[in-house]
Order: sequence, then structure tokens, then C-alpha cells
Amino acid sequence: MSAKISVQNLTLMYSDGVESLQNVSIDIIANAVNVLFGPAGGGKSTLLRALNRLNDLADVDTAQGKIVFNEQNILDPATDVIELRRKVGMVFSRPAPLPLSVYENVIYGLRLMGERNKSLLDERVEQSLRQAVLWDEVYDRLNDPGTSLSGGQQQRLCIARVLALEPEVIMLDEPTSALDPVSTAKIEGMLATLKERLTIILVPHNVQQAARTADYAGFFLQGRLVEYAPGKELFLKPREKETQDYVTGRFG
Amino acid sequence: METAKGERWITWIIKISGYSSILFVSLILFFLAREGFPALGEVPLKDLFGARWYPIEGYFGIWPLIFGSVLVTVGALLIGIPFGIGTAVYLSELAPAWIKNILKPIIEILAGLPSVVLGFLGIQLAAPFFRQFLNLPTGLTAFTGAVLLGFIAIPTIVSISEDALNTVPSTYRHGALALGANHWQTIWGVTVPAARSGLLTAVMLGVGRSIGETMAVMMVTGNAPVLPRSLNALFLPARTMTATIASEMGEVATGSTHYHVLFFIGIVLFGISLAVNLTASSLALRSRKRAERLLS
Amino acid sequence: MENSDAARTSRRNALLGVNLLRLITLLTALPVIGVIVYIIVRGAPALSWEFISAMPREGMRAGGILPAIMGTFYLTLGTAVFSVPLGVAAGIYIAEYAPDNRATRLVRIAIINLAGIPSVVYGLFGLGLFVLFLKFGTSILAASLTLSIMTLPVIISTTEEALRQVPNAFRVVSTSLGATRWQTIKRITLPQALPGVITGVILGLERAAGETAPIMFTGAAFFLPLLPQSPLDATMALPYHIFVISTSVPGMPVEIQYGTVLVLLIFVLGMNVIATLIRNRARARRQW
Repeated sequence: MSAKISVQNLTLMYSDGVESLQNVSIDIIANAVNVLFGPAGGGKSTLLRALNRLNDLADVDTAQGKIVFNEQNILDPATDVIELRRKVGMVFSRPAPLPLSVYENVIYGLRLMGERNKSLLDERVEQSLRQAVLWDEVYDRLNDPGTSLSGGQQQRLCIARVLALEPEVIMLDEPTSALDPVSTAKIEGMLATLKERLTIILVPHNVQQAARTADYAGFFLQGRLVEYAPGKELFLKPREKETQDYVTGRFG
Repeated sequence: METAKGERWITWIIKISGYSSILFVSLILFFLAREGFPALGEVPLKDLFGARWYPIEGYFGIWPLIFGSVLVTVGALLIGIPFGIGTAVYLSELAPAWIKNILKPIIEILAGLPSVVLGFLGIQLAAPFFRQFLNLPTGLTAFTGAVLLGFIAIPTIVSISEDALNTVPSTYRHGALALGANHWQTIWGVTVPAARSGLLTAVMLGVGRSIGETMAVMMVTGNAPVLPRSLNALFLPARTMTATIASEMGEVATGSTHYHVLFFIGIVLFGISLAVNLTASSLALRSRKRAERLLS
Repeated sequence: MENSDAARTSRRNALLGVNLLRLITLLTALPVIGVIVYIIVRGAPALSWEFISAMPREGMRAGGILPAIMGTFYLTLGTAVFSVPLGVAAGIYIAEYAPDNRATRLVRIAIINLAGIPSVVYGLFGLGLFVLFLKFGTSILAASLTLSIMTLPVIISTTEEALRQVPNAFRVVSTSLGATRWQTIKRITLPQALPGVITGVILGLERAAGETAPIMFTGAAFFLPLLPQSPLDATMALPYHIFVISTSVPGMPVEIQYGTVLVLLIFVLGMNVIATLIRNRARARRQW
């Protein structure tokens, strides 16, 4: 077990001075599903957005701490954020296909890099859609608008879009919260395959999903990381009372 | 990186364009001042704000012109406010969809009519009509100008008022209706008061539109720069600041006193429009903040 | 509910009030329709191929209005050349780049101010800067530049508005896939906002095409025997021509006056219709 990303004593603040994360330290384990869970407003999404510097778009400041990825502190202003975002991909809770065709959605990131080689693009589209378990459903509709797909298909399209960049880490922020059980199962199954090649960080949309998928799990409460442990351990015999109350549904 | 280099260029261009408005306002102010301030040295201040505008004999009193502008603007508002706000209230609170679909394009057409076209219609239709109807010696009066200006101000007032009414949360209306108020009581008791600062913004912008309007007013007000002797002034010829500039600038010698005074009038107009628009936008900002507070 | 006198009175007042509003709206709308129909009826007989393709004759009392039509076309084109790139870029800056600080507020105030300046004051400014100081003379160039600055605030604010309507999720997603700010604008935001931007541009140019006061001292000519040969020539223009023939040419046939007004209206309202069509089409096609 090796750490793919190491978050060290991270404290984040909103620009109005409210603390979003307080002194969080966590090692994201390589080639595993790292689950970050807890009640809403606990700081999980803020942490995800710190890992690929998407917080740059919002009013969030780093007060202190480091995030080490590939031996570099990515919070360093000199970081190449474009490169970082290609390596640390993100899937959002609401499926958000860009207003482009299915095909163009998948290769959006590659186009940004200036990739023009048609056969490489074609190949990457098929490969990514297959990894996202979507190819069989859309191979004959590649030129249709991304929004013409069903909700579950759209979310898998968004995953394929990230995979097309061949990232090292993929972060999913409640990716199934808007989906039906069948689509949810497809995505959870996909994660189990994907982790053989890359590192997964998942914010699940409920405790059951957390328990089903977690290799490692961290419980967040009001901006603090309460407990972090291998999944089985954390769900079966949590060390902290707060964790226990939450996973057994006796919370708040 | 190749993209980053190209991007620095485009980012600079966009940024400079963004700030260009400040440059243009400054340039406008600078060139108005450059051509207009010499007037202060050439005409004593007392005479400049005197009661007589008769440039050929060296009288450059701009009071009659300011008065003319105020007169037609007030007249325009007497028409523009009830008709503009009334139409907006009807559109936003009462009109069924199909009527809206007809009315809105009509208001847009009115907004799109060039003022010279309205002036033309004023000469051809409105002036003869008012002359006969009101039994006046001439139809080219402040009143005719005010009516036209009213119609010019209406689209501005309607669209801003309608926006203001639309931002009133529908829970307000439902609340009033649930308490047994009828539609009419809801409109005057709840919706309109809730939208008042937006309506005020609409009126302010209507004022700005009217006071700056040139062609229509110049063509129908009869071009008589005189101070009023009685309330009758509305039904006599008048002359606004804008019309004076437009009709006399073509004939003056560049650099003459008359030329400088016309630019000075431009400075006065600039100042008025600045004051009116800043007031309107601060009102609009306040009402937006209010709406956000209500909805959050 | 009690059918008391008070209730009855308030119901009657309500009915009266609603009818009053209906009447007011009718009195606003009817004259507009009436006037448009009237101009069409009075102006249509004057329209002919000769009217729109020939030079004026007999002191503009006969012949066509070609130089005025071409002049308005040139002025509108000239205005577009300057104001569209500048206005769209400025709109992009405000919607996509501008931080929320004092400098940005100053930019906003400047735009509000530009939008409120009376058109005749633009004419003075154009005379002072372009005609005299930069020595462009009374010319298409000077008039177009004057109209451009006047049109700028319309284009800036509609561009900004159109960009703001594009869902923020697109920007976040695009950024998360490694796009720079400009790449996101170029590939997603601007294409999505384009119909709105085009609509705004057309509406701005429509206003410029109908303006008289800003071009009176900067580029418009009473009468010219030839079409303009270069941007440094003065030109006739439809709005100014209408002003001239309705106030300063004795014995001007009314038919020609209405005909000229009708041509300007077709020009201006035609742009309006095109803008509306683009907007409606884009709304119907929008995927968000």
C-alpha cells in the first residue's frame, strides 16, 4: 500500500473567513477505492476540488498545509494546473455532458491538448467508452448530442471523458446521486475494474454505497477527518463514537 | 507551452477591450471640456446662465434651453409614467400569454423606431392634429414634443418596470390572494409596492432617455428658445438643449464663442445624464440586493 | 362570504382598475400599429426599382434615394467593423475574466455612463475628436467611429448577459478536463452564447442605423451628386435624409417622404426581425 496523494495538515478557508477544512491529513492509497464520506457540508467536495485545484475557480483560500502528488506540493503557485487536472480527473454529482456530440465529449480533453490524429482519437473514444461500459449502448450514436443520452448513460459518458485523458487518479463526487439503481450498479462495478490501473477517490451518496465500495474509508464531520482506516475495519469496528453513530444510522 | 503563449495575447486584448469603456468616457469628457470650457472665459457666467438665447447678437443665456428640456421631459413623464407602468403591470400581472406574444413585439417595434421617424410623424400627423384639436396657432409646441417623447420613453419604462415586477416573488402574490385580496388589491397593495425601487429606476431611465432625445424634439417643438411667462408655455413653441446643439452646430464657425457655448451645453447634458444614470443604477443595485435577500 | 356593500365596492373597483389597465395598454399599443400601417400605406406607392436604385433629381424632389440607402449601409457596416470586436471582447472580459473589485466597478459605471450619454453629445464628441482633432474630416470614418462608441454599451451588455446565461457547470467541467480559461470560452461558452451575442449585435447596429444626431456633424451630407468613393468621404444617410426632406426642402412631395421613411423602417425593423428569429431559433435548439 503506497500513498498516491498525501494531504498534510490542510486547512482551507472560504474567502469570507469560514473554515471549510480543518487540519486534515490523509493518504490516498494507490490502486484502491478511497471513500470519503460523512454528512453534507463536511468538507468532502472542497477536499476533492483542492486535489485538482478546481477551488481556483471559487472563493477558497489555502490557509496552511500541503498536498503532495508525484513528489510535488500541488498547492505551490508554480504548479502546472492544466497538467495536474489531466492527471487527476473529476466526475461531478450531476451528469454534465458538454453541449457537444458524444464523440466530442469523450475527446474534449485531448482536443484541448491539440491532438488531431483522427485514428488515435477514434481509438481513444472506443477504448474509453468500453472502460466506462457505455460503448455497446452508444457506438452507433457517437454523433448525437451528449444530452440525448439517458441520465445513467450521461454519467458514464462523463467518466469516459475523464478516462480518455488516461489519468492517474479519478475523483467521483456523488456520481450516482441522480441515478437509478441499475446505473448505480454499473458504475460501482466499473470502479472495481478501474482500480487495477488507477487510483479512485469516491464520495458516495450514502453509507451503504460507502460500505459496498470502500477499500479505504475516511469519515468527515464538519471539516474534520474523524477517522481513516481500511474499509472493512472502519465499517465493522469503528474506533470513534461519532463514526459508529453515523454508520449505524444513529446520527443527528 | 504553445497554447499559453497565444493565450497571453488574447487575454491582453480582452482585458484592454474590457477597460476601453473607461477610456472612451474619459475621451468624451476631455473633448467636451476642451471645446466647451473656453466658453466660460468668453461669456461671463452671469450671462451664460442668463434668460436670453440669441447667439447672433451675442446673447448666450442657456436658461431658456434648460427650461425647454425640463418642460418637455416633465410633459413626457406625465404620459410615459402612467402608460409605461400601466402597460408593464398589465403585461406582467394580468395579460394572458397570447396577448403578451402580441404586445411585446409591438413595444419592441416602438423601441426600435428611429427618433427621426417619430419626428417626421410628429410633423405630418401629431402637430396638425393638436393644432386643430386644441385650437392653437401652431402645432409645433412643447406639448407635441412631450407626447412624442412620452412614446419614446415608454419602451424603456415598460421593459425595466416589467423586469422589476417579475422579480417580486410569487409567494407574495399567493399570500395576498390567500388572505382574500382580489387581483386588483394584490397588484396595488403588494406587487407594485414591492417593486417600487425597480419602478423608480425605470422612471429615472425614462427621464434620461427623454432629456437626451434630440431629433424628434427638434422637429416638432417649434424651435423657440424663450422663457415662459405663464403655464401656457406647454402649448407654445419651445427649444431644448439637445435641439439647440443639433440645429445650430452646423452653422457655427469652429472655434467661435457660439461653438464653444454649444459644447458647453453638451457638458451640461453629459452631467445630467451622468447623474440620472448613476442614480438609476444605484437604485437598481439596491433593488437587486433586496430581491436577493428576499429570495435567500 | 358576506355579500356586503364593502365587498361589492371593492369588487367593482377591481373590475374598473383592471379595465383601466387594459385601456392604457391598448392606448400604448394601438398608435404603434396604426402608425406602422399608415406609413406602409402612404409609403408603398413611392417604392419602385427606380426609387431605391437611382440618384435623386430635381433637388431631391424626384428620382431615387440610392445615395442615402448606400450611405446608411456603409455607416452600419463601418460601425460593425469597430464596435463588434471591441464590444464582444469587452463583454467577454466582464463576464468571464473581471474580478469583483473596484476597477471592475469602475468599468461598469463607465458602461452605464456610455449608455446614457445623449446621442447629440456623441455627435459633439465625434466632431471634436474624429473630425477636427484627428482630421478625418466630415466622413464615413468619423461618423462610423462615433456611432461605434455609442453602440458599444449595447453590445457589451448583451454579450455579458448571453455569456452569463450559459450554465456554470460547463465552465467547471471544461476546466476540470484541463482547459484554460480562453479554451473554455472559445470551445464552449462563446459558441453557446453566440445567438444571444448576435442578437445583441444586430439590435445595437439597428439603433446605429437609425441615428441622426451623432452623424449630423461627423459624416452626413445634405446632398451629394456622387456615391462616396472612400471612407474619408462624407455620405448621405437615410435618417438624416428624412430630416432634411421633411424640414428643409420646400415643395417636397409627401409621397417621397413617406417612401423614404418606409425604406428606413424596412431596413431597421428588418434587422429587428432577423434578431428575433435568431433568438427564437437558438432557444428552441438549446440543450440546457
